[in-house]
Amino acid sequence: MARIALENVAHSYQPAPQGPADFAVKELDHVWEDGSAYALLGPSGCGKTTLLNIISGLLVPSRGTVRFDGVDVTETIPERRNIAQVFQFPVVYDTMTVYDNLAFPLRNRGVAAAETDSRVREIARMLELDDRLQHRARRLTADAKQKISLGRALVRSDVAAILFDEPLTVIDPHLKWLLRSKLKQLHHQFDFTMIYVTHDQTEALTFADRVVVMYEGEVVQIGTPEELFERPIHTFVGYFIGSPGMNVAPAAVAGNKAVVAGHEIELDRAYPTLDGAANVEIGVRPEYVEICRGEDGLPVSVRRVDDIGRLKLVKVDLGGHLFNIVAGEDTEIAATQARIRFDRRRVHVYADGHIVEGRAA
Amino acid sequence: MDKTWNNKAWFLVVPVIVLVAFNAIIPLMTVVNYSVQESFGGGVFFFEGTKWFQQILTSERFHAALLRQFAFTGTILLIEIPLGVAIALAMPRRGPWVSVCLVLMALPLLVPWHVVGAIWNIFALPEIGLLGRALNGLGFDYNFTRQVGSAWFTLILMDVWHWTSLVVLLAYAGLMAIPEPYYQAARIDGASQWAVFRHIQLPKMNRVLTIAVLLRFMDSFIIYTEPFVLTGGGPGNATTLLSIDLVKMALGQFDVGPAAAMSIIYFLIVLAISWVFYTLMMRNEDRW
Repeated sequence: MARIALENVAHSYQPAPQGPADFAVKELDHVWEDGSAYALLGPSGCGKTTLLNIISGLLVPSRGTVRFDGVDVTETIPERRNIAQVFQFPVVYDTMTVYDNLAFPLRNRGVAAAETDSRVREIARMLELDDRLQHRARRLTADAKQKISLGRALVRSDVAAILFDEPLTVIDPHLKWLLRSKLKQLHHQFDFTMIYVTHDQTEALTFADRVVVMYEGEVVQIGTPEELFERPIHTFVGYFIGSPGMNVAPAAVAGNKAVVAGHEIELDRAYPTLDGAANVEIGVRPEYVEICRGEDGLPVSVRRVDDIGRLKLVKVDLGGHLFNIVAGEDTEIAATQARIRFDRRRVHVYADGHIVEGRAA
Repeated sequence: MDKTWNNKAWFLVVPVIVLVAFNAIIPLMTVVNYSVQESFGGGVFFFEGTKWFQQILTSERFHAALLRQFAFTGTILLIEIPLGVAIALAMPRRGPWVSVCLVLMALPLLVPWHVVGAIWNIFALPEIGLLGRALNGLGFDYNFTRQVGSAWFTLILMDVWHWTSLVVLLAYAGLMAIPEPYYQAARIDGASQWAVFRHIQLPKMNRVLTIAVLLRFMDSFIIYTEPFVLTGGGPGNATTLLSIDLVKMALGQFDVGPAAAMSIIYFLIVLAISWVFYTLMMRNEDRW
């Protein structure tokens, strides 16, 4: 078991990084609690894999310290860390049987044959690979190969954390569900720390106790899936989590009023003057915008309505700013003009991308 | 739906048929034609049936040349394949030195064959050549124009110098095609360097190495120019490989019939061995 602490860790692939732009992972302080499931979410190239490789020891960070249970392992080679990693493309040793693949990490560490055998059989049974132990690994399907990769991680009794680098990318959709639930079940059973890199937010939100959102080498928010949804602390998180993402529009905010394109919107809280910020915006999720009857909403023109089964996706134009709205399937929507209302408790104010705390008014 | 039959389509394959006819079928048939006849020149031919084939297949001269050929091909394969793989493994995988290494490796392949023979001939001359003088200076009794052992040593060294690069380049391409996660997984699994080679690199290079062995087998089995320029088949007949023997027979003695029969036998041997080899390697591949 291990509590993994990253202290002021930063990494650059360049030998002499100049500015922050040269860093793949910018300075970061974070503790991964023992036994939790974390999802590392972010767009391609945001530094997720780099961070993962720093934890597993495949990369030594340019700066900072990595501690496992307080012990400095920054320079320790991956083999010596009690950590395993599962990669995007299933890595199996082609010429070996399934059995030998699973036994490989134990044999390399000089574990006795009898213990190896019992561990391999136990893990194979759990992964439902026990009927194929003597097959050549190369002939198996992608999902079976990925199970072997996972098995090589689980087979080691010393493993405290397993890192997953987008492990389900190459798996067929209907098998993804099976593997995902298998993984969840194994996590509960073994209680290892799990760090799961993905750019698929559904995967992240179903899996993880806590989601770490990264953007351009920085961790922008860490929270439960609910926190990320209800209160994104950065416009990027609002935009990246959710489908469609949060509506963000430039606004003038004063007190408990925001003005968007000449329309006044009442807010739940009062805000200080934000004159110092170059860019003030309000953000509201499509789920918290309502199409209303009568005359007391904001007038918008309807641009597009997509019926996606139980929901309708409406795109409207409020004085030149486009808003997405998720409406119930029974909502009546006029062809051109409509009125909308924001759920005032769910409207957030952002200054230069970062959330601004308001005072309860 | 009914298929449309249009015999004009045959015209489209005419260029290929003409091309194949002129570069393969007609020359081959000419050889077949010669191989069953006796000629005394002046366009006079007598039909001889399988006489030349029987004569070649039972001749000690042919057996000796064939044996030398196998010895040569076997030796260079045993040296060039492991050496090529070893060099490919030692080459850097990224950085500025990659291009330097690749260019250095490609250089011997760019030298024309007869030039290779000439270079080594001069290089190995016992009195004036760098290699020859150095070896003699070190106390070895080395003279490739007089001693069988020296001649073979030079011949094999020359081929290794000329062709190991090909194996290196193929093996290197195979190595570069291995995705990085394989190495990362191996590090996490605690695999030794030998285990990485045995279970990742070698299996992933299997295909390119098959091609490398096949190419080196065929090329070395029909090699002519380099040994001809280097030793001319000597001393005596010590380095007379099949192709050199064939040319001696055909052009030196003008025995067109036996030479044609030998050509066909030679061709069939190369074809048969390549086929057997390829089939075995591919079946092996399947089983993995």
